[in-house]
Amino acid sequence: MEAAIDPFIFRLAIFVLTIFVGYYVVWSVTPALHTPLMSVTNAISSVIIVGALIAVSVDVAVDNAGTMIARAGGFFAVVLASINIFGGFVVTQRMLAMYKKKK
Amino acid sequence: MSANLSALAYLAAGVCFILALRGLSSPETSRRGNFMGMLGMAIAVATTALSPDILKSDFEAYGLIAVGVLIGGSIGTVIALRIPMTAMPELVAAFHSLVGLAAVLVAGSALYVPDAYGIGQVGSIHMGSRIEMSLGIIIGALTFSGSIVAFAKLKGLVSGSPMVFPGQHMLNLAIGIAIVVLMAAFCIGEMHSLFWVMTLLAFLLGFTLIIPIGGADMPVVISMLNSYSGWAAAGIGFTLGNTALIITGALVGSSGAILSYIMCKGMNRSFFNVILGGFGTDGDVGGIVLNDDRPVKRGSAEDAAFVLKNAGSVIVVPGYGMAVAQAQHVLKEMIDILKREGVKVSFAIHPVAGRMPGHMNVLLAEASVPYDEVFELEDINSEFPTADVAFVIGANDVTNPAAKTDPQSPIYGMPILDVERARTVLFIKRSLGVGYAGVDNELFFRENTMMLFGDAKKMVDDILKSI
Repeated sequence: MEAAIDPFIFRLAIFVLTIFVGYYVVWSVTPALHTPLMSVTNAISSVIIVGALIAVSVDVAVDNAGTMIARAGGFFAVVLASINIFGGFVVTQRMLAMYKKKK
Repeated sequence: MSANLSALAYLAAGVCFILALRGLSSPETSRRGNFMGMLGMAIAVATTALSPDILKSDFEAYGLIAVGVLIGGSIGTVIALRIPMTAMPELVAAFHSLVGLAAVLVAGSALYVPDAYGIGQVGSIHMGSRIEMSLGIIIGALTFSGSIVAFAKLKGLVSGSPMVFPGQHMLNLAIGIAIVVLMAAFCIGEMHSLFWVMTLLAFLLGFTLIIPIGGADMPVVISMLNSYSGWAAAGIGFTLGNTALIITGALVGSSGAILSYIMCKGMNRSFFNVILGGFGTDGDVGGIVLNDDRPVKRGSAEDAAFVLKNAGSVIVVPGYGMAVAQAQHVLKEMIDILKREGVKVSFAIHPVAGRMPGHMNVLLAEASVPYDEVFELEDINSEFPTADVAFVIGANDVTNPAAKTDPQSPIYGMPILDVERARTVLFIKRSLGVGYAGVDNELFFRENTMMLFGDAKKMVDDILKSI
């Protein structure tokens, strides 16, 4: 029997396939909504906050400088990503609410 | 939550993000799309917050997370509610810089506590993870500093004209090579100092790459930085082994890349030509008058009002100048009066009008222009020959017929709006100055063109009073 497949390969597969999904989905976006597209992609890329949450909740009982650096850096990243998440979704909502059809 | 359940939840979040972008295919479904995006984000954050590693952490960690989200969330919401629509390009640039910096901070944290991320121990981080986190932090740092420069240029904090100095490309190349060498060295020995020097150089490269690019090329730059922020997120996603982050990164990366491609095509320039920079002037700075003795037909607001009132159909061509003058609302008032007089009015948008993709559409939507009266270049260009009036407000290079006829022109081959085919062209402009590309627009001297000199907002206001 062959050795187990490295999980990295599965991640790579997801990555490559999503690039293709993204390609087709983004071409179907109407040019009139390209600005909201940028603001919403900006908001969703802030899902990077999950990495920041892990950094904040490191076990600081392990007493070394590294855990404090991680906690401080993680906290700062949580703030930045939250600005983006809330700001990005709210401003997108504001823009989309303005697009109206002819009465 | 078990590891398998978490993985499924992250997958669900990723699917929500795909549906969010899918919703933007039409304005009717777009609001639902944005909601899907929020749902995906909520799922991803909740899943992480409920993972065993975080649940067992101390009270202080939860407090910090709550405070961080509260601070960031309030700042973000307040900015988003207050920002004027004309400032969207700089807002998006600023937001990109935050994603970049967040990626840097997360990758930096992973370096000090690799065990929390499950990628090994300090000094023995897995080789694959070393590569992934290096790529994540390099692209993140580049996105951060590049977006800061783009923001400063768009906001007018630094001059929008390209800043070129000798040896620029060699310098960028040297920095790029140094980054690659440092990354290789870090991956071999996992020395923290190498990691941080590499990151500093990536910050520097972001500055030196974007500085030479001119203001009107910003649509390409913003799209490119959008793409970078996606690739940075994907790099971190690989480090964390997080599906939601990998899917998002790939989506955002390809989205930004496609937008860059559309913008480059709209200017008929290659991506590298834009990135190498140095193209163009600061645009119409006013006051520069051509040394050209060809006659120009000048008109007053009254003349323009007369022409517009008697027209059967009018096509409005807005450009960046309209945004600068904040003329969209008074323009909408003028259009409403014309419509009441029985004039058919539509709008023609060039792909690179404004400072970011779709900029003009948002401004017109803000002024309550219905989106089904606004058309893209390829959909409306065939209608200029049958239009009575082409009303050009704040646009210049995108209407220049030289792009079709003069192979010597720097904008030759660029797709342009065929405004000169309309029976009359009304062209609002501050002066006879050249546009961004630094070339004359022969349209000014055409028989059927009437130049309306003045500030766009004031001119439309005067026309409005005369109708």
